[in-house]
Amino acid sequence: MKLLVPVKRVLDYNVKVRVKADQSGVDLANVKMSMNPFDEIAVEEATRLKEKGIATEVVAVSIGPAQARDTLITALTIGADRGILIQTDQDVEPLAVAKLLKAVIEQEKPDIVIMGKQAIDGDNNATGQMLATLLDWPQATFASKVVIADGEAQVTREVDGGLQTIGVKLPAVITTDLRLNEPRYASLPNIMKAKKKPLDVKSIADYGVDITPRLKVVKVTEPAKRQAGIKVADAADLVANLKTAGVL
Amino acid sequence: MSVLVIADHDGAHLRDTTNKTVTAAQRLGGDIDVLVYGEGLAAVAAQAAKIAGVRKVLTAESAELKQELAEAVSALVTGLAAGYDVVAVPASSAGKNFAPRVAALLDVSLLSDVIEVVDANTFVRPIYAGNALETVQTAEAKKVMTVRTTAFKAAGDGGNAAIESTAAPAASSKVRYISEEKVVSDRPELGAAKIIVSGGRALGSAEEFQAVLDPLAARLGAAVGASRAAVDAGYAPNDYQVGQTGKVVAPDLYIAIGISGAIQHLAGMKDSKVIVAINKDPEAPIFSVADYGLVGDYKTVLPDLMTALG
Repeated sequence: MKLLVPVKRVLDYNVKVRVKADQSGVDLANVKMSMNPFDEIAVEEATRLKEKGIATEVVAVSIGPAQARDTLITALTIGADRGILIQTDQDVEPLAVAKLLKAVIEQEKPDIVIMGKQAIDGDNNATGQMLATLLDWPQATFASKVVIADGEAQVTREVDGGLQTIGVKLPAVITTDLRLNEPRYASLPNIMKAKKKPLDVKSIADYGVDITPRLKVVKVTEPAKRQAGIKVADAADLVANLKTAGVL
Repeated sequence: MSVLVIADHDGAHLRDTTNKTVTAAQRLGGDIDVLVYGEGLAAVAAQAAKIAGVRKVLTAESAELKQELAEAVSALVTGLAAGYDVVAVPASSAGKNFAPRVAALLDVSLLSDVIEVVDANTFVRPIYAGNALETVQTAEAKKVMTVRTTAFKAAGDGGNAAIESTAAPAASSKVRYISEEKVVSDRPELGAAKIIVSGGRALGSAEEFQAVLDPLAARLGAAVGASRAAVDAGYAPNDYQVGQTGKVVAPDLYIAIGISGAIQHLAGMKDSKVIVAINKDPEAPIFSVADYGLVGDYKTVLPDLMTALG
């Protein structure tokens, strides 16, 4: 069974976001970038499925600038077998990413796509669902448990109010939630090995997909700052303040 | 301009996230119809028909729709979308599951987590865990958006819309419902609560989490929330998680107990009207967003707080 894992290079989740003074976007110059945390969980899950003998090959794909190669190497370090970088300096919206991934999938013919439920930069939570739709594959989003058996993935999903378990016939798209697993740390031998694994570099033109943005970003601004609060002395003081504020 | 609002309900009650999505739809101008899907919809459809400003309520019933299988819901909504300019979906876990499918089926981009409708083509949405706001303009002929309901007031009652049933799509053979496990709670729902008391890793255990937060929540009629750290440590169910990857809430009063205030947690609660932080670390980032901060050990503060509340 072959697995495909799309991964995205994003601003590291620990970095404080700075909005550019000209409101054209977020300042990404000279800041730490990392693999989107949900994608790390996806690569880990794919690697575990390989270790269980269920998957035979794990292919990681990233769409982004030349530096997205580092993100793919992270995936290869965790356990992916080879990488495909579709290089572009343009921002690619979720629908266009889904179309590019569909083109990759038509060539690679994986049985399962495992990907993060959302990227922590755009916070869209859309690409996996769009990809499943374009492929006419079933989807299992926000997965916290995945069991593969008899040509089906049984997936426990995190939903408002609790958990839901569904069965999706393969091929299928699964998107990961935080509690699916805890990604492993990279060991030095694995880092060395990852550098020797194959990594193909492609261009958007190789797939014949139109990635022209559909949405025009007018501006990016900082959210309104909260007014500085006060420290209260004790619980009685707190309750008095809350009563004055009218929330108790 | 016509807008189809997708209702959110629990089978017996319409959630007020539906009313809030109607408010967002009103900002677009034009006619508003509401779609209610599931099974046994009479009560919920009647509630939707009362929302002020609603022209028509459509109902669609099938087992797959009740199970909220994305394939079924997106097929239904996409079929109806032909008659509308905009499809507006509350950004619940169900809405986030099917709305991108509707957009892909219509070959349009998705406007996700909209917090402000500037005009019929211009929308504001949070990015980077709410640390930046993006204003986007779309030229798509048809629009699909999910609405961050905490950013809108609920539309009131006073309407008297007609209720009309519509056919449910055929079930997909590629997906089947197996089971579900709902968290049972007699507290108000996190998304709708006026007061939320939330606990973090400092509480140390599931027993302590309950022992500390339940009496306070009961006294205040509040919902209970948790930080990701508390959920990951097993102190609280996943469903309690407030943050970028959990629920986004905006109650009148949010009381954070033993929560340091990581960026991801703040993303889920920083639009609360009044924020209270109780933490023994005076340097904890939560104090930078708290209106009222109390530096101290929750073990001594909470009993005092219960006494002060009387």
